[in-house]
Amino acid sequence: MPQSATANILTILETSFSGIVEEWLGTQVKEGVKRSDLFSDAESRAQNQELLKAFAKGVRTGVVGEEFNLDDDAWEDLRAVLSEVSKERVSRGVTPTEMATFVLALKTPLFNRLEAMLDVEQSVLIRDVLLVTRLVDAFAIYTNEIFIGERDQIIERQRQEMLELSTPVVELWDRVLTLPLIGTLDSARAQEVMENLLQTILERQAEVVIMDITGVGTVDTQVAQHLLRAAAAVRLMGAECIISGISPMIAQTMVQLGIDVGTVSTRSSIRTALSDALQRVGYVIQKTEAS
Amino acid sequence: MSGVTSINLVESALLVSIQDDVTDTEIVELQDMLSHRIAKENVKGVILDISSLEIVDTFVGRVIAQLAGISRLLAAETFVVGMRPAVAVTLVELGMYLTETRTALSLTHALAQLRRD
Repeated sequence: MPQSATANILTILETSFSGIVEEWLGTQVKEGVKRSDLFSDAESRAQNQELLKAFAKGVRTGVVGEEFNLDDDAWEDLRAVLSEVSKERVSRGVTPTEMATFVLALKTPLFNRLEAMLDVEQSVLIRDVLLVTRLVDAFAIYTNEIFIGERDQIIERQRQEMLELSTPVVELWDRVLTLPLIGTLDSARAQEVMENLLQTILERQAEVVIMDITGVGTVDTQVAQHLLRAAAAVRLMGAECIISGISPMIAQTMVQLGIDVGTVSTRSSIRTALSDALQRVGYVIQKTEAS
Repeated sequence: MSGVTSINLVESALLVSIQDDVTDTEIVELQDMLSHRIAKENVKGVILDISSLEIVDTFVGRVIAQLAGISRLLAAETFVVGMRPAVAVTLVELGMYLTETRTALSLTHALAQLRRD
């Protein structure tokens, strides 16, 4: 009797659906990847049922001959359930190994049941096992991809947040701004810093900007380039730029590298920069007589 | 000269507002007209208000630099005022730092600097 490659698999999926779910859960426990600390039994069971249901649907319509492609429409349900489950698991702190083992644990119950089918010839059994293996493997790889994608999104979001957090423009006084730079200054950050700074100059009508690099670890030609470009843009906007926090070490490095700051004012500390800046906008810091 | 760009005498400076839709021909005409006015009215400064310019290319950048050069020869300081952040970033990226010109945040700021000189 000519039989489609998925017939046996479908039969076992239909006849012993809940049995497979239970055994799948059991294998997860055995493999030590069932995180009872993160998911309740009912939750795990519901997730597994949904996944298996979507998997069965995919097998029913998505396998042509012995070929299948998880990107096809037939597998849409599985993909949707899977991405939901993966997201849930990522947010609760499940590791990638646990996630992959969780999916791969589905093989054992399926194999056991295929084996238990009495009237199956050996060659057919091998073919079925191979197909199940490929299906479940593809399933696991897809899970891993979603998992990594989720992680990447978290990393990207945090990177964005860090960028925003690390470039505060502070109004020190009327028409005087300061930009305390901390950490490394790469191209992306320099761009972000510059745009943020120029926008603030426009909003506050600032006349003097102090860029403080006390917190910048090293100044190489690249960093210096970024600083000087920012200073040039500040000047074009009509404000003046003072670079402060140039330590003796940095001054030496800059000269050795042959960096020419041109007409940009530089100061060793933010303290002197501040008093200069105030003077430029018409204020002086004065000691009160009593003290 | 069309009406898009106007030249007005404010205190001892010529205020030039460059409009966003200024064409290349108009800006070259402006250069010519402005040099005559500077010489004739004996002004101390030229204030280029570019706050309505949203896009500046190398051509406009170069004309501004040339205007500054011309004014300097005729003994007037050139101020570029009201440059937008995006324009400033673009000019720096194009490597046009406009070192020949002075800059100010606004017309008032420019006039205050001129008075101080």
